[in-house]
Amino acid sequence: MTVRASRHARRLGRLLVTPSVVALLAWMIVPLAMTLWFAALDYRLLDAGPARFAGLANFAALLADPGFYAAVITTLYLLALALALSVGGGLVLALLLDVAAFGRGALRVLVISPFFVMPTVAALVWKNLMMSPVSGVLAWIAQGLGLPAFDWFAHAPLVAVAIIVAWQWLPFAALIFLTALQSLDSEQREAAQLDGAGPIAMLRYLTLPHLARPAAVIVMIETLFLLSLFAEIFVTTGGGPGNATTNLAFLIYQQALQSYDVGGASAAGLVAVVLANIVAFFMVRLIGRSLTA
Amino acid sequence: MKRGAAHRIVLTALAWAAALAVAFPLLWTFITSFKPELEAVAFPPRLTGVDWTLENYRTVLDEGGYARSALNSVVIAGASTLAAMALAIPAAWAMAFAPTPRTRGLLLWMLSTKMLPPVGVLMPIYLIYRDAGLLDTRAGVILLLALGNLPVLVWMLYTHFREVPGEVLEAARLDGASVVQELTQVLLPLALPGLASAFLLIFTLGWNEAFWTLNLTSTEAAPLTAFMATFSSPQGLFFGRLSAASILSILPIVAIGWFCQRQLVRGLTFGAVK
Repeated sequence: MTVRASRHARRLGRLLVTPSVVALLAWMIVPLAMTLWFAALDYRLLDAGPARFAGLANFAALLADPGFYAAVITTLYLLALALALSVGGGLVLALLLDVAAFGRGALRVLVISPFFVMPTVAALVWKNLMMSPVSGVLAWIAQGLGLPAFDWFAHAPLVAVAIIVAWQWLPFAALIFLTALQSLDSEQREAAQLDGAGPIAMLRYLTLPHLARPAAVIVMIETLFLLSLFAEIFVTTGGGPGNATTNLAFLIYQQALQSYDVGGASAAGLVAVVLANIVAFFMVRLIGRSLTA
Repeated sequence: MKRGAAHRIVLTALAWAAALAVAFPLLWTFITSFKPELEAVAFPPRLTGVDWTLENYRTVLDEGGYARSALNSVVIAGASTLAAMALAIPAAWAMAFAPTPRTRGLLLWMLSTKMLPPVGVLMPIYLIYRDAGLLDTRAGVILLLALGNLPVLVWMLYTHFREVPGEVLEAARLDGASVVQELTQVLLPLALPGLASAFLLIFTLGWNEAFWTLNLTSTEAAPLTAFMATFSSPQGLFFGRLSAASILSILPIVAIGWFCQRQLVRGLTFGAVK
C-alpha cells in the first residue's frame, strides 16, 4: 500500500519538477551553445557580408590583445579589493551588532539597507554626493581634516568603484556573519568563560573558527556576482579613464553592443564563463556538503 | 562586572556609529532631496538655514519618464517573480515531499545554472531578442529575470517545505484528507509566510536587476534601474533632482527588504548558513 503510494507520489513529483528543469535546461544550453558557435565565426553586425567560419581566430585575437589582459587584471583587482572591504567590514559590523546592548532591530535595519539599493542609484549617489571633489561629503571631511580634496574618479577610479561595490555587499556579509554568530552555542561560550577565557581568547579560539564556513560562503557568493560587475561601471566611469576600470564584463559589453563584434564578444564571453565556473565548482561542493548534513 | 558594563556601553556606541556610517549615504541622499539645487551643491554643505522644498520631487515626477519606469519596474519585477513562482512551487514541493535519489543532484544542478555569468550569453540573447522583436519589451526582460531567479526560488522554497513537519501531513492523511485538502488546508497555511517572504525577496532582486535591464531596454520597457542610469551625465550634476529620483526609486524596495531580511540569508546562501 505504502509502496504504491510512494511510486504514485514519485511519478507526480517527476511531473511537477519537469517544467523547471526544461526551462533551466533551455536557458542554459541554447545561449551557451550559440556563444560557443559564434566564438568560432568572423561575424560582425556592422559588416554587410555574411559570417565566415574563423576557427580559433577570435581566441588568437583575444590573447594578442593587451586590453584583454588588462580587463582580466582589473576584474581580479576589483574582486579582491571589494571582497576585502566588504568581508572585513562586515565581520567588524557583525561582531559589534552581536554585542550591542540596545536597538538591535534598528541597527539591523540601518546596516541592511544598502543591500536593497539598486546598483545604478548606489553608484550615482556615491559618485556625486559622496565622492565629488567639488561638493561631495568626502571632500568636506577632507577639508575638516585640513587635507586637499581628492578626485576619486580621476586618480583612483578602480578604488572608487570597489568602494561603491563593497558598500553594497557589506550588509550581506554582516547579516550572514550575524546569523552565524547568533547560532553559536551559548553553552559553549559560557563553558569557555568559566574556563577563564578572556574576550580576546574567545574571539580567537571560539568565534572566528565558527565563522570560517560562513566566510567561505560569503566570499564565493560575492565572487560570482562581482565577476560580472557591470552597472556600477556603466554609470560612473564607462570603463575609463582610458580602460582603467574596464573589467571583463564591461569589455564584452563594449565588443558586443558598441563594436557589434559577435565573434570577439562570444570568445571573451566564454572566458568569463570559465572563470565563473572555477568558483562555481568549489561553491557547489560546499553547498552540497551542507545539503547532506 | 562594572568594567564589563562599561565595555558594553562603549561597544554599543561603536555599533551605532558604524551602522549610521553604513547607512549615511542614504540618509544624506534623503536630506539632499529636499534641498533647492543651489543648496544641494553648496560647499561646505549646510544643514541649517536651508529653504527646504519639495521642488525636486515635483520636477522628477513632472518630467515624465519616472512614472513609466516605475510602472515598468512593478510589472517586470512582479510578473517575473510570479512566473518563477509558478514553476518553482510545484518543483520545490515535489523535491521536498517526494524526493528521489536524483533530487540532490538536481538541486545542485539548478544552482549551477545560476552561476552562469549573464555577460557570457549577452551576444546570443541580444541576437535572439533582436530577431524575435523582444528588444526593449517588458515580456523579454520578464522572461530573462524569471529564468535567472528560478534556481534561487526553488532553493528557498525547498528549504522552506523541508521544515514543514512530516507528521502534520501524515496525520492529515490518516484523517482521510485528500491530496487537494492536504495541500490547501494543511500545507498552504503552514507554508504561506515562507511563500510570501520568498516572493518579496525575489521581487526585490528583480526590481534591482541591472544587467539585462540596462542592456536590453531603452525607452519603452526601461525600468527604474535604466531610468536612473540616465542621470549618469550631465543631468547627474543636479544633485537635488538626482537625490529625489534616487529616493523615489529605492524607498519602496528598501522598505520591503527590511521585512524579508531573514529570508535573505537563507535564500542567497542556499541553506549553507543557518
